[in-house]
Amino acid sequence: MANVRKIARRSFLIGSAAIVGGVAFGAYYVARPAPNPLTPGEGEAVFNPFVAISAEKITLIAPRAEMGQGVHTTWAALIAEELDVTLDQVEVIHGPAAAAYYNTAMMGEVIPSKGYDKSDFMHAISDHLGALGKVMDMQVTGGSTSMKDGYMRMRAAGASARETLKQAAANRLGLSRDQLSTKDGQVIAPGDVAIPFTDLAGEAADLSPVEAPLRPRSEWKLLGKGQPRIDMTGKVTGTATFSIDTRLPGMKFAALKANPSLGGEMRSYDATEALSMPGVEQVVDLGNGFAVVASNTWLAIQAAEVVQADWGAAPVPATHDGIRSAIRAAFDTAPNSTLRDDGDTATLPQGAQEVTAEYEVPFLAHATMEPLNATALFDNDRLQIWSGNQGPILTRNHCAEALGIEPEQVEVITTLMGGGFGRRGEMDFSVYAARLAQAMPGTPVQLTWSREEDMTHDFYRPGAMARMRGAVREGTALMVDAEIASQSALSQAMTRWMGFTPSGPDTAIVDGVFNQPYAIPNFRTRGYVADLQVPVGFWRSVGASFNGFFMESFMDEMAHAAGADPLEFRLSLARKEWEPAAKVLETVKEMSGWTGQTPEGTGRGVAMTYSFGTPVAQVIEVADEDGMIQVTKAWIAADLGVALDPQNLEAQLSGGMAFGLSAAMFGEITFAEGAAEQTNFPDYDGIRMHTMPKVEVRVIEAQEHIGGAGEPGTPPAAPALANAIYDLTGNRPRRLPLMKDFDLQS
Amino acid sequence: MPTSVTINGTAHSVDLPGDVPLLWVLRDEIGLTGTKYGCGVAACGACTVHIDGVAVRSCQMALEDVDGAVTTIEGLGTPDAMSALQAAWAEHQVAQCGYCQSGQIMQAASLLSDIPAPTDSDIDEAMQGNLCRCGTYPRIRAAIHAAAAKMQEV
Repeated sequence: MANVRKIARRSFLIGSAAIVGGVAFGAYYVARPAPNPLTPGEGEAVFNPFVAISAEKITLIAPRAEMGQGVHTTWAALIAEELDVTLDQVEVIHGPAAAAYYNTAMMGEVIPSKGYDKSDFMHAISDHLGALGKVMDMQVTGGSTSMKDGYMRMRAAGASARETLKQAAANRLGLSRDQLSTKDGQVIAPGDVAIPFTDLAGEAADLSPVEAPLRPRSEWKLLGKGQPRIDMTGKVTGTATFSIDTRLPGMKFAALKANPSLGGEMRSYDATEALSMPGVEQVVDLGNGFAVVASNTWLAIQAAEVVQADWGAAPVPATHDGIRSAIRAAFDTAPNSTLRDDGDTATLPQGAQEVTAEYEVPFLAHATMEPLNATALFDNDRLQIWSGNQGPILTRNHCAEALGIEPEQVEVITTLMGGGFGRRGEMDFSVYAARLAQAMPGTPVQLTWSREEDMTHDFYRPGAMARMRGAVREGTALMVDAEIASQSALSQAMTRWMGFTPSGPDTAIVDGVFNQPYAIPNFRTRGYVADLQVPVGFWRSVGASFNGFFMESFMDEMAHAAGADPLEFRLSLARKEWEPAAKVLETVKEMSGWTGQTPEGTGRGVAMTYSFGTPVAQVIEVADEDGMIQVTKAWIAADLGVALDPQNLEAQLSGGMAFGLSAAMFGEITFAEGAAEQTNFPDYDGIRMHTMPKVEVRVIEAQEHIGGAGEPGTPPAAPALANAIYDLTGNRPRRLPLMKDFDLQS
Repeated sequence: MPTSVTINGTAHSVDLPGDVPLLWVLRDEIGLTGTKYGCGVAACGACTVHIDGVAVRSCQMALEDVDGAVTTIEGLGTPDAMSALQAAWAEHQVAQCGYCQSGQIMQAASLLSDIPAPTDSDIDEAMQGNLCRCGTYPRIRAAIHAAAAKMQEV
């Protein structure tokens, strides 16, 4: 493994030489197939890691985290399309943690191209780089990669299973495979003979898998149309089982309390009073915190509050201004990256007007509706853990390491998730539960974080600052010179997940600026890493979550300085660079009836951000309602390349925007003595029914490659709203959240 | 002394301190996990249940103060026999992560029993205590209107 890690690390160097090395290696390693983790039962056929058919039922495996993005439904639809089954004929399960379920698209995302300009050759390289995901245990759901990952592979899995079933039927009937067809879970033979797949399972199990070409889009029955979500009935009847709903015989309930000063140790604690409270059974030391075990969760939470703990200090500046100063100080260090450096940004083009602006955004919590939790049972040196997580293999390995057992002794049961947004890619909540379970062998225990514990022990979206300098002339932009400073979430997360710190440029710090599809001739983007130990991580749309605001606010400022219409200003620059970006702008222009004029008391803003392979344009409208700013309408246009489920894409894009609006309007985490000062929804609120705009979404398919869906709706929300507020008030928002400087309806 | 409480038509005897919130009685004692914990301070609505048909936040309702029949999401309808409101939710494909939806539906059911044909502003007023981090509000609104129309036909 030593060589594997060495090369894996090199791949993070994100330079062309490293990519070539990675490809050579990836091709070699990936030639060895990962073992199929599914063990067939008696008379059951397991065709590949994604399709299992027994005499009773058809099971499809969707080994990606269902956090609300609908991945189980669309993943299953990819298989079902080729297998010729309907979604109501199959059971869809998440399946075990297994190398066969690695995410081939995830690692491909680290390629340092702008994305939209990837040639087919580069797409091929990133496919190979993606193969590295296997050696890195990357069964990870994130980066809006599930459909890029599954689009070809899952259809191939379904097609292969279908042809193998036909072969089994052909053998039984003494016919050739091409005399048979399939429909709705049955093989159809001449003379109206129909054999259910389930009836063929035993015979198919003995055959080698047959390969088959994929059907053209014109023959699709499921894909391209809205599918009823397979998790919908459970979610509207209260019968869907989230991690927090795990119930086991004899289970105890526990509450976590960890050092609020993040990164600080727990020196000691006194649980005497807590142990005298009703229902409280024990208090367990978990290192930098403790768990109170009781007969129900509320009693445990109450008791945790009265435990007296001596907390060590956090390794961060004591005041929030000190933290902000440390971010600002990064601008005085050598840049971590210069991922775009076109033309000359040193000299102002002749006759051009210079535009400068500085922006700042805060740290943000994920605040998933389901607070973090996990349930564990440690018995006979084996751990079972029920956890809503975005990375089952990493969860398994981290739990094993914490308990001093082998990964094979850990079984991870991945449940539905009440929101993820990146937070459930971390292992901390699973590891705490595993360690608690080890302290009480034979007894299952559910460890729940109170909302306060959840909000104050996040891996936050990093706070970030930007210094933008540009030049405009004759109604267009000639120059953008962008500098962005923040902590490196990528570096921290890789250190936590993989145990090594990647060197080289952190693409995420500048994602959403350096790779924007605008033909600006002089265009430089530099990223700076702030030297700070605030725990930070991936938050829906990652770097684009702040860079969308920086770039698209600045584009608006340049448009106004140039005396141009903000939408036309973007459109002409996008047209010259990448047609799909222009298309989404043209689409929102038409949808919103954009004229560049707004009546008194109304403001409109536009923004377009390309992220995770998808360009998204949004127009947002605000109105002055008795002195309060109300967000009234939003129009969204996105180019996904292939719209696999338009109904779900509408939900993702609208929801992604809502997530961005929540943060832009109300979201801010500040720190005192290294402890988060916001603890619950009253001081970290989101958008609600009465503050949510009416939304209209249109998905187009102009680009060649399939784009991500879960994240790209988020980045343009903040700048579109900020630009609308500027249009309404004449005051330019340059920091978030907007509630600090504007009277927002709340 | 055990407290007696009627939940979804069934009487339960609960031996817990009187200040334990109904939410945790439902989830951790009775095993009705459809009602969710979101904030514990009545700021998100995920724990909404009915007492005698009126929406309340079960995280703030002490066991000893429960003075009527409790209905939870499980009592509103089942996968095989959904209420009209739940059917509208499914029809409009409202849920994303789905964690808040039990509370949203219970709140909406209470709204419709008060106001059978709510306007958008009635919906704004009644539903603003229910947080959804996935941002499903437009579909929630559409589902409420659709359910209202359907229930009026009957």
